[in-house]
Amino acid sequence: MATLHEYLFVSGLLFAIGLAGVIVRRNIIVVFMCLEMMLSAANLTLVAFSRFHTDPATGLPDYNGQMMVFFVITVAAAEVAVGLAIIVALYRARQTINVEDLTTMRG
Amino acid sequence: MHSLAFYLFSAIAVAGAVCLVTFRSPVTSAMSMVVSFLGLAALFVGLNAFFVGVIQVLVYAGAIMVLFIFIIMLLDLNSEERSKTCPALLVASLLIPALFMCQLLGVLQSTENESPKALPLTTAAAHFELDGKETKISQSLKGGDLPDVHLLGEKLFTRYNFPLQVVGVLLLVATIGVVSLSKKGSDRTAKPADQ
Repeated sequence: MATLHEYLFVSGLLFAIGLAGVIVRRNIIVVFMCLEMMLSAANLTLVAFSRFHTDPATGLPDYNGQMMVFFVITVAAAEVAVGLAIIVALYRARQTINVEDLTTMRG
Repeated sequence: MHSLAFYLFSAIAVAGAVCLVTFRSPVTSAMSMVVSFLGLAALFVGLNAFFVGVIQVLVYAGAIMVLFIFIIMLLDLNSEERSKTCPALLVASLLIPALFMCQLLGVLQSTENESPKALPLTTAAAHFELDGKETKISQSLKGGDLPDVHLLGEKLFTRYNFPLQVVGVLLLVATIGVVSLSKKGSDRTAKPADQ
């Protein structure tokens, strides 16, 4: 049986890879995908704690953690829809999705 | 979850994530993201979170991936990225996650490790009986199944009823926002190009 630390390590590894992608990739859509990866990695942590930190009364998994995952997934879906609409609007205005060309907001 | 399955699926998830970051073509990146999310869904199922695993496949590997592919095709972005990557960024992208992993390992070393306890399904059944009568949850528990969806649904519509409705409003606002953002011919999106 895999232990809690193994799950947390895999989750942290996925989060770190996503973070590296956000930093290094120049294509804004791929940056967005890496953000989704980081959200999912955090979900794995929540589910792992829900399974290992069982409800003391019943001994079943603590479903509060999985409720959190449910809400994270819902918000992520809304975020993807809005984010991609912004990217399309941006592409229409600037004809680019390379983050290096989008420096208007840089101070 | 059996250890072998855990290692297999976590390897799939991590390999998918690495491919997502390293491949240059956005379509390949999107496909490796799907592989990674399927691995993650299998890990969720291994943690007895069947509902979350199914939702992960349906929402992430299904809906969100299709949305990404759709936008990539729509904008015709199949061209490769420019090959030059700023070396400072490359160093930062290795250093910051490495620092994060070091911190995580430090935390894991200083905390107690736990092995999963077997779920006491039949003894937990008594907690879900209503006035001594059997409910669907207690029946499944007595039968040796974990009624994951029923348990989650019970929580969702009792304790988390208000957040659920707030999330409903959020989805509505997001829908309206997306429609108004992608309306064609609005001056707001066209103007900055001319300036």
